[in-house]
Amino acid sequence: MLRPVCPLSAIPSGEAYRWDTDPPVAIFHTEDGEIFAIDDTCTHQDASLADGWLEGCEVECPLHASRFDLRTGRADAPPAKKPVRTHRVEVTGGVVHVELSEDPADLPPGAKP
Amino acid sequence: MAGIRVQKVAIVGASLAGLAAARALRRQSFAGEIIAIGAERHQPYDRPPLSKEFLTGAYTEADLALGHDDDLGVVWRLGVAATRLDPRGGSVHLADGEEIRADGVVIATGARARPVEHAGVHTLRTLDDAIALRDDLRRGGRLVVIGAGFIGAEVASSARSLGLDVTVVESLPTPLAGPLGPEMGAVCAALHGDHGVRLLTGVPVTTVTGSDHVEAVELADGTRLPADVVVAGIGAVPNVEWLAGSGLEISGGVVTDANGATGLPAVVATGDCASRDGVRSEHWTHAVEHPATAVATLLGTGAGRPPKAPYFWSDQYGVRIQFAGRREPGDTVRIVEGDPEQRSFLAVYERGGLTTAVLGMSRPKSFTRWRRQLRAAPQEA
Repeated sequence: MLRPVCPLSAIPSGEAYRWDTDPPVAIFHTEDGEIFAIDDTCTHQDASLADGWLEGCEVECPLHASRFDLRTGRADAPPAKKPVRTHRVEVTGGVVHVELSEDPADLPPGAKP
Repeated sequence: MAGIRVQKVAIVGASLAGLAAARALRRQSFAGEIIAIGAERHQPYDRPPLSKEFLTGAYTEADLALGHDDDLGVVWRLGVAATRLDPRGGSVHLADGEEIRADGVVIATGARARPVEHAGVHTLRTLDDAIALRDDLRRGGRLVVIGAGFIGAEVASSARSLGLDVTVVESLPTPLAGPLGPEMGAVCAALHGDHGVRLLTGVPVTTVTGSDHVEAVELADGTRLPADVVVAGIGAVPNVEWLAGSGLEISGGVVTDANGATGLPAVVATGDCASRDGVRSEHWTHAVEHPATAVATLLGTGAGRPPKAPYFWSDQYGVRIQFAGRREPGDTVRIVEGDPEQRSFLAVYERGGLTTAVLGMSRPKSFTRWRRQLRAAPQEA
C-alpha cells in the first residue's frame, strides 16, 4: 500500500528525509533528481542514514562510513555486511508516497526494537 | 615499482588494513595469489566495538566479523606472527619456521596497546583482551581506568553502564587536549562527571599494588584508589620490530610516502604501522581507505584516490563524538551550532580564516555537512 509521506519540495536535491515510522525510513532525493527509500537504520550500528552523506546513488553512514546502494540496498563498504531494505517510491501530485517492503528488516545488534 | 610484474602478494597483518588491502588487490584486478598472515588466531574483526558494545554484551564475537567475502581467494595464515622480512630473497619468515615467498609485500601489522608492567592490569586492543576484560567487568566492583583518551573514556562509559564504580586517572591536565585542543578536550572530559564517573587529572600513576590480583592504584600525590579491575589505555606502539634488518627505514613506524611506498621496491606499508611525515594515523577510516592507495602503488597502477581529511569518532555515555580534519596547536575553535552544556554542538577549528577541522557532539547530520566541505577543500599534498 502506497502511503503519502511528505511533499517532494520538503527534500531538496542532494538531501534526505527521515520518515519516523517503525522502523524509520530514509527518503533520498539524489543530485540526478531520483527518489529512493531505504530503511533509515544502518545495519551495522544504530545510526540514521538520512544523516549520511549522499553521493550519486550511494549513501555513506554518518558514523562508520558503511555505504549502501540506494537502488538495491546492498552494503557496498564495510563495516556493514547486511543490506538495508528498499521500499517502492512514487511521486504523485508533488507528494512522495512510499510502499513499505514486506521483507523483515535487518536491524543492527543492540538497536532499539 | 611500476613495471614489476607482481604474481604473489603477501599481506602481513590480517586486521582491518590487511583485509582492506586484499579487497583492494582484487578490486584492482590482481588475479595472482594472496596470502595474509595474522598474529592473532581470529579471522579479521572490527575493533571499535571492543571498548563499547562488546564489553557491554550488546555485540557477540560473531557481530564483529569483517571477512565475510569468501570470493577474495585469500589464503589466511592466522595465529602465527611474521618474524622477519627478507627483501633480497623476497620472503616473509614466520614464527613457526615457515618461509613465504612473495614478489609483493603489503605491511599492515598495525599496532599493539602500550604495555603496562604490572600483572593483572588490562589493556585493550585485541578480541582476546576484550574477552578477558569483559569477564572481569562482569564481576562488578571498582574499576580504575588509567588514561582518559578515547579508549579509556569508552571503557569507563561501558563499565559505568554495567554498574561498576569507575574512576579515570589522567596524567595530563586536560584529557584529549592532543587531538581536540584544551577547550574541547575539557568539554568531552566533562561527560565522565555527568555520568557519575570520577575523573582525576594532572596526576601521574606511581604504582599498581596487589600480587595475584590488583588491589589499588597509587598516584603521585599520595592518593590510593582501591580497585578490583584496572585498565590502562595509554596509547599504542607500532608492530615493526620484526622488520629489523630488512633495510626498511623504521622511525616511529614504517616510513612511507603518502602512497604507502617504502624505500624497498615491491614493499608497501599501510594502516597503523605506517608513518608518514613522522605521524602514524591510527584511525579506523585510514585503515579502511589507505590500503587501496598502497596496493595501487605496489601494482604500479597509479595513485589511488587523493587522501581525505582524517576522520574518527568515539561513542561514550550515549554521546557521539566525531572529528574530522587536521587541527594544529594554536588553531582557534568556535561553536557554530548547539551548546556544549547540552552535550550537543558543532565546533569548527580555524587558522588564518580557513577551517582546519570540525568536531561534532551528537550532531551527525551537520557534522557530515561540515566534513564534506573539509573533504572538498584542497588538502596539502
